[in-house]
Amino acid sequence: MDLDALIGCFASSACVVTQTTSGLIIGMLLFLVAVGLTLIFGVLKIVNFSHGAFYMFGAYFALTGYQLTGSFTLAMLCGAVGTAVIGLIFERVFISRVYGRDVLMQLLVCYAFVLIFDDTVKLIWGPEFKSMGMPDAFRVPPWFIAGGIVPPFYVLLIAVALAVAALLGIGLARSRLGKVIRAAAQNPDMVSSLGINTAVIYGSVFALGCGLAGLAGALAAPVRSMTPGMGFSVLIESFIVTVIGGMGSILGALIGALLIGLIRSFGSLGFPLFTDGLMYLFMVIILVARPTGLFGKDVA
Amino acid sequence: MTTPSKPGINRRTTLALMGAGAFTAATPWVARAQAKTIKIGMPTILSGRVAQLGTSSRNAVMIEVEKINAAGGLAGRQIEMVIRDSKGQPQEAARIARELVNTDGCEMLIDGEASSGSFAVHEVARDIGVLCIHTCSEASSLTADPKQHIPNAFRCVRQGIHDSIAGGNYAAGIAKAKGLKKWATCSPDYAYGRDTTAEFVTYLKHFAPDVEIISETWPKLFQPDYTETVTKILQAKPQALYSALWGGDLTSYIDQANIYAMFTQMEVFAVNMADYTALTVVKNLPKGIHSGNRYIKTFPATAENAAWGDAYKAKYKEYPTNWSWQNATAMMFLSEAVKKVNSTDGKKVAEALTGLTIKCPFGADGTVTMRADDHTLIGYAIGWGTTIPTEPYVPDVQSGDWKQILALEAEWKKSKGYT
Repeated sequence: MDLDALIGCFASSACVVTQTTSGLIIGMLLFLVAVGLTLIFGVLKIVNFSHGAFYMFGAYFALTGYQLTGSFTLAMLCGAVGTAVIGLIFERVFISRVYGRDVLMQLLVCYAFVLIFDDTVKLIWGPEFKSMGMPDAFRVPPWFIAGGIVPPFYVLLIAVALAVAALLGIGLARSRLGKVIRAAAQNPDMVSSLGINTAVIYGSVFALGCGLAGLAGALAAPVRSMTPGMGFSVLIESFIVTVIGGMGSILGALIGALLIGLIRSFGSLGFPLFTDGLMYLFMVIILVARPTGLFGKDVA
Repeated sequence: MTTPSKPGINRRTTLALMGAGAFTAATPWVARAQAKTIKIGMPTILSGRVAQLGTSSRNAVMIEVEKINAAGGLAGRQIEMVIRDSKGQPQEAARIARELVNTDGCEMLIDGEASSGSFAVHEVARDIGVLCIHTCSEASSLTADPKQHIPNAFRCVRQGIHDSIAGGNYAAGIAKAKGLKKWATCSPDYAYGRDTTAEFVTYLKHFAPDVEIISETWPKLFQPDYTETVTKILQAKPQALYSALWGGDLTSYIDQANIYAMFTQMEVFAVNMADYTALTVVKNLPKGIHSGNRYIKTFPATAENAAWGDAYKAKYKEYPTNWSWQNATAMMFLSEAVKKVNSTDGKKVAEALTGLTIKCPFGADGTVTMRADDHTLIGYAIGWGTTIPTEPYVPDVQSGDWKQILALEAEWKKSKGYT
């Protein structure tokens, strides 16, 4: 424990800016993965244990897209769209067969596909780790804001994640499709009886959730090495985020991810050997105080 | 009058046959010792995040096996490698090692496991007495600790303590020249990371006593995001950073530290940087990272080493790794030891290996030695240098002084109670 370092940080604007930005970066990437997870659970009532694999696919698709085109924008699109397509096929062919089944069956199907997806990546891209490297446009010195260090690439990353959060929030609240999705989450039979094809809705939501995980993977690709199985650790943290924020809540995923990011960032100064522990401790406190999470709704 | 014996076999013969059968079943490597080919078993890591290293170990072994077989084999017997994937799990490594000997009839083991698996395979070798050469574990205690010593096991690997002494001396020289007194460390949070870092710091302070460690970070092994550790180090404002991160973790760390311009703010010493696995993957390799040599074909700067690296690349379309040269050296030792005794008998080969010096492309002076008293490799090329973004990546490597390494290693062993 190094409380002096933590207190010292709060006394310095440079440190506060650097650590806050660091927290936002960690949180925003987590948000993109967790929001897909929570969206899928909220509408389809499926706990997608294979969600980390879509983050992995996003990173690898982006790598290939970047190698082929040299454009990071197209690489991001490859990551998000490619993953959404795989997600759609996965949902239609396999996941749709376990709707309403017990969670153990869902878990088994998802876990089997985690292994299959990892091996698929191994077959296509090889078992060794890969690195995309920073796109040329972002190979620039970091910005100094109030003495704190802010890398321009991370500003892009935060901006994209915030844009996704805003689009999702507005889209679900205001658009017709958003209203149908929310209705399908509450009462799929009623939606179906109104002549709306719920299979299309379910497939779209699953693909959207997977596409968001893929976008997170694509955004992380320039700074994280890629290996088969890389989605596992991200998945665990995403579950923590969704548990803290409340399963099914997009706002909860955003707030949960930001809190986890800030805990990791400032916790690494004050509690360097207990940063992970802090994260779990925070989750336990939230669960005890509010078992449905910060923004979750009581099922009963 | 004699009692006529009953037809068939009597009780005594039955017991003798059963005993022989049980012995044969339990020690198939003895029963099959004179088969035309000689099977050598190799548990290694062929899947998961370390798969690239295990694969490169297998590749290097196969290159040497082809040479040995083309030259007539081991004492006239062609080598047949039986290589199995342990997935990096110690219990699986031990199970496979036992199965390779007892079921597959392997007469020797090349243990291509990382440290945790090697200790498990070592216990199998102790139990069944098969000749075993460890080729990947750098944990010093595997051979330095006399409790681990068995006559049939050898370690053909660079050692953490050797790297730390050479690295400590090199880093202290830079620290004195550039006035680097405030240091930070960032190493993976498991036995290798902690031990190697502690040993490096010990010898850095030994050679430069006024150095002070002002910040330590211990990211988890295979952690995806290092942002918080990068910014923590930046807050501490050290003049130099030491890291024992390796493989994908090291490349991720470099990519993430690069965008904070960390490498312009401090000298960085990364012991595992100068290995092709990392050098060729990092797209924006910063100039001037100090690294220990792992495997690069330009150090030692000999035609033999360059030719070996090129031959490997020509065959496998990628450069060898640190694990590659170690596995190749093990096969070279095996070949020379068998030649010396003209036998593949494990005990005789073990005796021949003890204290054996062979010509080797990876030797500091063109030779390497299997030290007699602890069955470990010495005399291999060891050094530190700074990176450049393109080949040869580390153009000028300063060689470590083996005299100094051995003297300080002896003191270290004493301090640990090993001698």
